[in-house]
Amino acid sequence: MQLKNIHKRFGQVHANNNISVTFHPGRVIGILGENGAGKSTLMKIIAGYQPADSGEIWLDGRPVNYHDPRDAISHGIGMLQQDPLDIGAFSVLENFVYGQSGGILLNRKTSRQQLIALCQQFNFELDPDTPVSQLSIAQRQQLEIIRLLGLGVKVLILDEPTTGISAAQKEQLFNTLKRLAKEQNMTILLVSHKLEDVLALCDEVIVLRAGQLVGDMQMPTTKAALVELMFGAQIQPVKRESRLQPNTPIVLDMQQVHLHDGRLDIPQINFSLRAGEVIGLAGLDGSGQALFMRACAGLIKPHAGRVFVKGQDLTGQSYHQFNRSGVIFAASGRLEEGLIADMTLTEHIALMYEQNTWINWRRAHQFTQRQIERFNVRGKPDDPIQALSGGNQQRVLMGLLPENATALILEQPTRGLDVDSARWIWDQLLTKNSAIIYSSADLDEIMTYSDRIIVFYAGRMKVIDDPHQVTVSDLGHYIGGDFS
Amino acid sequence: MRERLIRLGFTSGALILALGVTALLISMFDHSPIDVLETAWDGAFKDGRRFSAVVNFWIPLTLASIGLVVTFTAGLWNIGIEGQMIIGAVCASWAGLYFEAPSVILIPTCILLGAIGGMLWGMLAGLLKLRFGVHEIFGGVALNFIAANIAIYFISGPWQPPEGGSAQSTPPFQAAATLPRISDDLQFNLLFLLITIGAIIAIGLLLMFTRWGLTLRAVGKNAQSALLLGVRTERVTLSAFMVCGALGGIAGAHRVLQAYSSLRPSPAGGIGFLALLVVLLISFRAWWVPFIAFALAAIIAGSTRVKTLLQLDQSLAGVLQGLIVLTILIFNGLADRLTRKDHHE
Ligand SMILES: Nc1ncnc2c1ncn2[C@@H]1O[C@H](COP(=O)(O)OP(=O)(O)OP(=O)(O)O)[C@@H](O)[C@H]1O
Ligand SMILES: [Mg+2]
Repeated sequence: MQLKNIHKRFGQVHANNNISVTFHPGRVIGILGENGAGKSTLMKIIAGYQPADSGEIWLDGRPVNYHDPRDAISHGIGMLQQDPLDIGAFSVLENFVYGQSGGILLNRKTSRQQLIALCQQFNFELDPDTPVSQLSIAQRQQLEIIRLLGLGVKVLILDEPTTGISAAQKEQLFNTLKRLAKEQNMTILLVSHKLEDVLALCDEVIVLRAGQLVGDMQMPTTKAALVELMFGAQIQPVKRESRLQPNTPIVLDMQQVHLHDGRLDIPQINFSLRAGEVIGLAGLDGSGQALFMRACAGLIKPHAGRVFVKGQDLTGQSYHQFNRSGVIFAASGRLEEGLIADMTLTEHIALMYEQNTWINWRRAHQFTQRQIERFNVRGKPDDPIQALSGGNQQRVLMGLLPENATALILEQPTRGLDVDSARWIWDQLLTKNSAIIYSSADLDEIMTYSDRIIVFYAGRMKVIDDPHQVTVSDLGHYIGGDFS
Repeated sequence: MRERLIRLGFTSGALILALGVTALLISMFDHSPIDVLETAWDGAFKDGRRFSAVVNFWIPLTLASIGLVVTFTAGLWNIGIEGQMIIGAVCASWAGLYFEAPSVILIPTCILLGAIGGMLWGMLAGLLKLRFGVHEIFGGVALNFIAANIAIYFISGPWQPPEGGSAQSTPPFQAAATLPRISDDLQFNLLFLLITIGAIIAIGLLLMFTRWGLTLRAVGKNAQSALLLGVRTERVTLSAFMVCGALGGIAGAHRVLQAYSSLRPSPAGGIGFLALLVVLLISFRAWWVPFIAFALAAIIAGSTRVKTLLQLDQSLAGVLQGLIVLTILIFNGLADRLTRKDHHE
């Protein structure tokens, strides 16, 4: 596959500027670049989700032209959605058949066999008759991969596929991708901010910066070399000294709290958060962190027990009451939970900060401009939020957090951020002096920034009071349920 | 900008198409479309009296529509608007029948009571949704039904005319409750006209420039995110229902005071549902409401005339309305796709 002089503009932004590159079959190629560099834009063009303004895509020595994702698939190019199709009512099999020629009725039986064969080939455990809504994120990814394979895809694109899946699942995914490249001679394009993943998986990388292709590199190489290629400089990790003094007051206190949500049950939580303390939550998705964090912010009411904020009993109160006591929650869902699609950056700021009856739009606009500059957001005050790249949306979310909160409850605060941005966001967070409870899929991040760590497994919690006593690999064991 | 042009083009395209199809239908019944158009035009605008009829239809339709703009902005399908109008009508009727006072006090009292009644009925739909998780569409349908029966209860029960008269209406309101007309030619009420225009402007400005308007939009687009951004979503939802109910209630008051000067069964006369159509047609943009509402009012008045003069069935107007609504909705959908392709996906 060859890209020739691809251009794409969004208004003033030149999201892809004259990109020409050749991808060879049988290889896994990493697409790197800082937030807003244009990676997703380029991938969507290749997969037919949006047209390029100009430029050509060549396949097997011939220029091709397609207008939508189905068209692209018929040319052998498929993209793994970050949130794979959420048509929950359908079963795995129906989903697999979706998009195949011949329709649902015709080849149910052969399709089932094909599905089972593919699952066996890659060691996926997918029951054809389970509704998709009951699958984990990792399983949905597997299904989506198999579905695309069933459609005869030769080029597979993955945009940040490792958010929300465990280390073991990730390893399985990577093995699959390697096999696809080596055994089936496919081209795999992987967008990721996790350089460890890129090092482990890719055969080569290309780097975008501000819409332009600025470099490429063959593996093997080092993380430092990749960082230098991406940012033109080395990046020092923040070294964090614990700010915690022995007698700091307790700001959030849970006594005998019982949480329950569908499948998950956390019977008895006794937990207190001290002013300025930073607590990292580790664990696979759905192990109870989300439930715990929402309970801390009053978004979920406990079945039993009491929750105190700064000594005041707020059990069963609304999020608004918690808010007033200085507890702020930010979800990782961004557009689903946290930001509002179709509303501009200024409107978001106004929602958070303009509390008077009449909104002073000029002031809100100016403040937005300031926050944009401060948080280095690629975007303008009047852009609708969904026009921003994933990482920039995350920055806006962080920019919306108030300065003087007592406790910040943050779900994956650096999800989708490039290394430099993640470090920078932490800088900002730590200068706020709020107590912080945060979750992360990145164990290095958990180790670096936490005063205490809580590991979740199937609703059980293990508190690690001194992170220096454990290693990343210890954490990995705990996450898998091995608490001893 | 481009997006707006596309939308405008599509909407007018839809209108032209709908009119074309109607003309075709008329010719099929051996009438000249031009004749029909002329008659219809006469029916709506020939003289002050007919024009007044259009305005008197326009007032409640516009009030209800502008109320629905508020609930739709908050992402709510306030089907209960019809019931809110009915309760408004009932409350206004009480004052019209029994509250003895000179006109200058009585009429504003009727309006105020109508607003309060509608507001409370709207609040009920909101509480059902928030406290008991009853979706506002189902809650609204039920509340409409109950409201209609409340009206009938009063008509055939406590407010029955003394000598057991017809079950079709209460006795006429006091003379003081008669709405003053602007003139013999312009037979509509100035106060109601001003309230209606005021409501359009007020809601339009509130939506654009106040925190309340912003929170309505936020809740409408994504309630969970709005909550996390510090919006008290339940309050916002409730306030939307109440404001819409109040405007609907005023519309109901207008219906009983202007059209009948007594309370009759189904005083809202389907205007609430028509208002839902208006608001769907304009995709919830407040400034368009008065114009679309006026066009609909004129079409209805005109077609009544067509019916009597040319013996064409009045349901033709219904067909025309249906066609316009359908085509515009379809074309809106197309325009959506077109404009969205440009941006994301
Ligand atoms: N639909 C759109 N409308 C307007 N601007 C857009 C749109 N999509 C992307 N952009 C802009 O194009 C630029 C590149 O965005 P893109 O999503 O490709 O970045 P990215 O490299 O994937 O970043 P990230 O790592 O943060 O996901 C950004 O500045 C973004 O604001
Ligand atoms: Mg991206």
